[in-house]
Amino acid sequence: MQTHFTEAQLADPGVARANEILRSCVHCGFCTATCPTYQVLGDELDSPRGRIYLIKDMLEAGRPADAQTVKHVDRCLSCLSCMTTCPSGVHYMHLVDHARVHIEKTYRRPWVDRMLRNVLAFVLPHPGRMRLALLGAKIIRPFRRLLPDARLRAMVEMAPKTIPPVSRNDDPQVFAATAPRRMRVALLTGCAQKALNTDINDATIRLLRRLGCEVVVAKGQGCCGALTHHMGKEDQAHSAAAANIHAWMAERRGAGLDAVVINTSGCGTTVKDYGHMFRNDPLAADAAEIAGLAKDISEVLAQIGLPQGAPREMRVAYHAACSLQHGQQIKSAPKDLLKRVGYEVVEPADSHLCCGSAGTYNLLQPEISAQLKARKLATLEAKAPQVIAAGNIGCMMQLGSGASVPVVHTVELLDWATGGPMPRALHESA
Amino acid sequence: MDMPQPNARIIARKSSILALLSQVLPPDAVIGDPAETRAYECDALAAYRCQPLAVVLPRTTEEVSAVLRICHAEGVPVVPRGAGTSLAGGSMPTEDAVVMGLARMTRVIETDYENRFIHVETGRTNLSVTQAVEAEGFFYAPDPSSQLACAIGGNIGMNSGGAHCLKYGVTTNNLLGVRMVLMDGTVTTIGGPWDEPGSLDLLGVVCGSEGQLGVVTEAWLRILPKPEGARPVLVGFAENEVAGACVADIIRAGVLPVAIEFMDRPCIEATEAFAKAGYPDCEALLIIEVEGSEAEIAEQLAKIKEIALRHNPVEFREAQDEDQARRIWLGRKSAFGAMGQINDYMCLDGTIPVSSLPYVLRRIGEMSAEFGLGVGNVFHAGDGNMHPLILYNANKPGDLALCEAFGAEILKLCVEVGGCLTGEHGVGIEKRDLMVVQFAPVDLEAQMRVKDVFDPQWLLNPAKVFPLAVSAGRRDAVTTGPGASPRTPGIFEDRKCQA
Ligand SMILES: Cc1cc2nc3c(=O)[nH]c(=O)nc-3n(C[C@H](O)[C@H](O)[C@H](O)COP(=O)(O)OP(=O)(O)OC[C@H]3O[C@@H](n4cnc5c(N)ncnc54)[C@H](O)[C@@H]3O)c2cc1C
Ligand code: SF4
Ligand code: SF4
Repeated sequence: MQTHFTEAQLADPGVARANEILRSCVHCGFCTATCPTYQVLGDELDSPRGRIYLIKDMLEAGRPADAQTVKHVDRCLSCLSCMTTCPSGVHYMHLVDHARVHIEKTYRRPWVDRMLRNVLAFVLPHPGRMRLALLGAKIIRPFRRLLPDARLRAMVEMAPKTIPPVSRNDDPQVFAATAPRRMRVALLTGCAQKALNTDINDATIRLLRRLGCEVVVAKGQGCCGALTHHMGKEDQAHSAAAANIHAWMAERRGAGLDAVVINTSGCGTTVKDYGHMFRNDPLAADAAEIAGLAKDISEVLAQIGLPQGAPREMRVAYHAACSLQHGQQIKSAPKDLLKRVGYEVVEPADSHLCCGSAGTYNLLQPEISAQLKARKLATLEAKAPQVIAAGNIGCMMQLGSGASVPVVHTVELLDWATGGPMPRALHESA
Repeated sequence: MDMPQPNARIIARKSSILALLSQVLPPDAVIGDPAETRAYECDALAAYRCQPLAVVLPRTTEEVSAVLRICHAEGVPVVPRGAGTSLAGGSMPTEDAVVMGLARMTRVIETDYENRFIHVETGRTNLSVTQAVEAEGFFYAPDPSSQLACAIGGNIGMNSGGAHCLKYGVTTNNLLGVRMVLMDGTVTTIGGPWDEPGSLDLLGVVCGSEGQLGVVTEAWLRILPKPEGARPVLVGFAENEVAGACVADIIRAGVLPVAIEFMDRPCIEATEAFAKAGYPDCEALLIIEVEGSEAEIAEQLAKIKEIALRHNPVEFREAQDEDQARRIWLGRKSAFGAMGQINDYMCLDGTIPVSSLPYVLRRIGEMSAEFGLGVGNVFHAGDGNMHPLILYNANKPGDLALCEAFGAEILKLCVEVGGCLTGEHGVGIEKRDLMVVQFAPVDLEAQMRVKDVFDPQWLLNPAKVFPLAVSAGRRDAVTTGPGASPRTPGIFEDRKCQA
């Protein structure tokens, strides 16, 4: 598409990148067809092509974001289905990220919005605060109907009924491989995930060790920065990311590191983009190196190879997290692994559509999120599975709060099939 | 591109028009904020843009009718919009127009496998029609490359075709009936799932009428049982002429493949760089697909192979499995996206007799040098439908005008060799002024009289299809504004539109 930026505007690297992306879009509209919000709302403004247009207009005019543009950009899930679909390779992710930063800088949200966003940005990336918040939510839960804002209600409802105790596995340490050592990997133990569910990391560590990996929980690592990044809070996101880069590079330069393993695919997409995030920063080279080392757990497992398992009498509905299938273009590995160890794997119709979790989306846009959740659960349950597996904690929480069968992380099933314990969710439902 | 002066009186009354629309539509279905209407200023021909007065997003035929009744009474032009993937600017608005987007009307109303039809709302996308019936082993045949996104309403508007239309025909050959709302709000049904012997072929008039006659809200479409199997072959040639001759020989031999697609060197190179489909390095290639039982496929492919080998191809590749078939189609399917990586493009759509293919390609090559703009050709070769993609730089002043001039010359060439201006993308705004090249004044007058009958005030999809000078008298004659030929408010009627 034609763009109208001045030379002065293009001197800003963010605008220059946006211009490059906008120029590559031919406005064909293919992306509208696979955008979840367009499916639900049917307004081009809530489609990728419409958002691209709104963003283009806002950036070209160089004006502060207006309420309408903010509304439609806020409704974007960042599921990146549009990037999978686009035949012209338009990098929507970098464009919308840039737009969010512009919005955060130039737009003053109504105070309730601001408060909610600040609270989320303050709480979610910090497991300690998160645990306190979950506890608070548990106490408020019976009174949630009195809350004045749908988003507050959504937050309280999302909190799990039981909060797991802190897992010592998440402390900085090194786990030796329990089979002949083949790799040394760092595990991103996450932030919100640790407070919500400790089984995923436990299963990941067991499985990796059993396959000959030395697993490092590096000192100084923390939230990957995705949560604040998607809210346009650039500085917060960058400092979280920088801490990780320092922590992992210290390991890489020290005892060595073959991969940074991530079992929350939402984080994986962000860590893999560190190179872009820091492209104009002194940390650029290190950031690019870490981005290159970042691997989803399913990629690492596919690379190492799992032993072939005998057929197990269990039908698993695999839910493809958007950050895996679109963000990282990892589509078949998780399913292949599950099949290899013996599960029967089924997939829902319209598997490209988001479940509506999308980081903080289910908290900030509860109505659209609820519609997407209902659609996803209906298509998943139509396959009559005994368990639903996903590679992302956000999806697990979202689906788990409505599914009639247990929802577990893919690694929990893989761990179980290769000698680990039965996943807790399956136990509880048994 | 010249556009008529927008009606200042309408623009001045914007807020009262919005208020009227809001009486018949829910709040989320009326868009009037300029920050939001801008995204509706163009379709996939993004070089031409015009921000509309307002956008409405109805959910039912009743809402469509209510909106049209208001716009009719107020003299406000209306631009129907499906998915906005037109490459001819068909759904580009004018400043004084209300865009009527049908993307929320996506229901499947009925499927009847025994009688082989599906009844859908027209905002539904082309591909999702097939998806609705494929579990039962059926499909909807017309398959524009844009089928993932384009809507049935737009397909009917443009009488769209696709790669497989060589065998199955275009939209008009697969359309059984429509429910359509006229500009005055009247809801009418034309055709339907059952044959209507004896009546005038009004359906044929509506299909391809580019939103000039009414807003189609529902359609009955023919569905067909999926063929047992399909297999493509890829044939590479050292010269365009030879590839063209090969196509002509295949058609002459009476073989009917479902698709014969042609790509020239610039297109092959762009595609390879982008999609890495593993195409051979050659001047021209054909993708020929046949369908049927295993025996039928083998028989047709044997004939095609024999004909192709007579033309000394540099490569003959037969898909051995699903994956190879996918790879053969991959490059063709990525062609537009790949060209878009190189530069902005304008996609043309002329039709020529297959026999003049080599000559036309040579002339296009020469013109490309004269105009100094690159061009790649993808082409539904079986039915002579060309898609030259002219590359230009939208950010470079003067380039668009050059591109337009080049495009006009190509289309004139198509008419000159006995073809026509459009194969499947429609006239829209892009080819509007070239209509005089193909049609004599009496032809155009006859076409305009058809519009007079359906839309006497000329409010539907203004400034399209008919050259402005030719339609000026009609457009000026209609008095606009409140009180202009008001429609007698009647009961909501659903009547057969009969001649
Ligand atoms: C990359 C690409 C590839 C393409 N390939 C093909 C191809 O292979 N074959 C082909 O034929 N086309 C192709 N097209 C063109 C385009 O997709 C078709 O013209 C398509 O039918 C337009 O459908 P739409 O829903 O997007 O309609 P729109 O662009 O929204 O509208 C098209 C026209 O139909 C009218 N219209 C829309 N809905 C209605 C309605 N409900 N009632 C009355 N009028 C209506 C509009 O006013 C307009 O005049 C391609 C386009 C792109 C971008
Ligand atoms: S599919 Fe890609 S090129 Fe087409 S409109 Fe969407 S982003 Fe632009
Ligand atoms: S990221 Fe997802 S929600 Fe956002 S525009 Fe793309 S497809 Fe739509």
